[in-house]
Amino acid sequence: MELFDLLTYYNVLFLAQDALTTLALSAFGCVLGGILGTALAVVRLTRGKLTLPLRGLALVFTEFFRRVPFLVTLFLCFFAFQFGGLEVSTLTVGCVTVVLIGTAFLAEIVRAGLQSVHPNQWHAAEAMNFSLLQTIRYVILPQAWTVILPPAFGFFILFIKDSALASQIGVVELTYVGKVLNNRGFSAGVTFGTILVIYFAISFPLARLGAKLEKKLGSSRTR
Amino acid sequence: MDYTFQYGQVWPYLPYLLSGAWLSLQIAFLAFCGGLLIGTACAAMRSFGKGPLLIVVNAYVIFFVNTPQLVQIYFLYFALPDMGIYLSSYMAVLIGMTLNAGAYLTEIQRAGFESRRRSEMEAAEVLGFSRLQQVRYVILPHVAKVLFPPLSNHYILMTLGTSMAAIFGVEELTGRALNVNSQTFRSLEVFSVVALIYIAVTLVASVLLALLGRYGFRAKMRVV
Amino acid sequence: MAHLELDDVSAAYGTFQVLKGIDLSVARGETVGLVGPSGSGKSTILRVLTGLLPPSSGEVRVAGDVVDYSRASEIRRLRDRCAIVFQQYNLFQNLTVLENVTIAPTKIRGRKRAEVQPEAEALLARVGLSDKLGAYPDELSGGQQQRVAIARALCLKPEILLLDEVTAALDPELVSEVLDTIRGLAAEGMTMLIVSHEMGFIREISARVAFMAEGRVVELGSPADIFDNPQKERTRDFVGKILRH
Repeated sequence: MELFDLLTYYNVLFLAQDALTTLALSAFGCVLGGILGTALAVVRLTRGKLTLPLRGLALVFTEFFRRVPFLVTLFLCFFAFQFGGLEVSTLTVGCVTVVLIGTAFLAEIVRAGLQSVHPNQWHAAEAMNFSLLQTIRYVILPQAWTVILPPAFGFFILFIKDSALASQIGVVELTYVGKVLNNRGFSAGVTFGTILVIYFAISFPLARLGAKLEKKLGSSRTR
Repeated sequence: MDYTFQYGQVWPYLPYLLSGAWLSLQIAFLAFCGGLLIGTACAAMRSFGKGPLLIVVNAYVIFFVNTPQLVQIYFLYFALPDMGIYLSSYMAVLIGMTLNAGAYLTEIQRAGFESRRRSEMEAAEVLGFSRLQQVRYVILPHVAKVLFPPLSNHYILMTLGTSMAAIFGVEELTGRALNVNSQTFRSLEVFSVVALIYIAVTLVASVLLALLGRYGFRAKMRVV
Repeated sequence: MAHLELDDVSAAYGTFQVLKGIDLSVARGETVGLVGPSGSGKSTILRVLTGLLPPSSGEVRVAGDVVDYSRASEIRRLRDRCAIVFQQYNLFQNLTVLENVTIAPTKIRGRKRAEVQPEAEALLARVGLSDKLGAYPDELSGGQQQRVAIARALCLKPEILLLDEVTAALDPELVSEVLDTIRGLAAEGMTMLIVSHEMGFIREISARVAFMAEGRVVELGSPADIFDNPQKERTRDFVGKILRH
């Protein structure tokens, strides 16, 4: 059978390695994006004239990267590096892209989570002279993280599948390998079938984990 | 970095790009409507169905939700011809996006169905509503209100997802951007203009959907 | 010199004028009760005094110091001097009873934990909650939560305590435990401004009562003046309605 011809030692190694690249790319985008996104969410919660330009920038940033397709952002980054005269690998371009997009989407998830905490918690902290950062650190985040984590994890799983697009600029990840194997003469049905199964094997257990996580956090008290 | 932006070469292509955007909107709309039909049927099946049909529906949803749309379309476009089924790139993209949407919209709608509130149903029963009246006056308005925001959100994501069609040579907005790019080599200019078109198109859609949601379904929605 | 003075203070939510020239003074160690129909601006006065809502005009003075609301440092100073207890307690849900009381003194004021903790424990003992130090707010009854909120406010060592409808959200049988705590504070000479619908309590505890309506202080006097012998039509009307209940 053709499938056994495909699954030689080297091809399996190739596939496994690139499945890891796919996973690492999404994880990188979500971890760094989560940190930067949290910063953006906090900036958007500030008040007063002093931070108005920052708030505007944060708004434009999140709306831009949430309303431009992954593929277009990818091309923009790719050409920006090229015309900027910076010699970087396509993997670097992929990483920058996922961080930009991850930051924008996670900023909204974090902001929604922070805003889900009852206003009276903010008022009490304010009346006791907590600064915005102190309020978020001691009062709001400890209550909001159970609200933030499930959709953030869901976004991570979604991102694993979206990052398939990175193959288009030549990032060697799972989908790219599919194209390579297909070009080597394996039939499209077997190669892309295999790739689909591998994605499934990554995404499905994570999705189950996410559902469990959501259930557990939902039933636990906020603390 | 000493790059000089020259938008002059790109402007003449603006009408060409905009008509590409029109095609993007068509693909998104058709795939969404198809997906909504599939999703509604599957969600109903999942809520009320039993037996082998339920297993098929579950397998379909779980498989499509857990694999990338891009690879699904690859499969349709490159693997089906081996089985004697030839799809144009447009059809492959449209079918792929519809099937993908169907799976996601099943998940979204099931969550909506499950949000029916027992207390309201009991109140309706006590007030002497018939089963049909309960559906008409209590369940449907509530489900519509709960479902409208996540459905709108998915519609916007699908509009962005149509850019994938470019990979298969469909000349929608991103596909045309690649064409203009290969003729002018003003890559950054072309793609920044295209990015702005996507933003404009999805912003307009978001505003319209938020208005419809707020006044049509009393759903709380905001644009930014 | 009055401990707390409001001089022609007005305030608005957006374009809606809530306070229309409030004159009020509270002497050191005095308890003043604020009564009046809903929406008359009673709670808004307390929001102004904690800097949650800056006044649009007029002057607020604490022990003679004019508060400049345009300066963040002065608002911080105001909040150090005036502590508020909210109707809905507003305890931090993620923290234990003891942590709720100690967090602001330690994390915000930078005092040593070893120094604050005994004080917090003493305050909690005083409101009768020594056995609940490690409990979370959602494990307590409303009355217990409100007593924690009072201890939390007191641990900030405020000069003035503002109480905003502190019994309104409580079940009737829990009201008295909170009122007992407040009586104790009044007896010790804490300066207090109390908004409440508990007319009997206001009458008993206040040295003076201000009757408010539509953003103004309509009548100010001793509890006996306001409740037994109101001078203004508007006050008579209000008191009459309450007594008929």
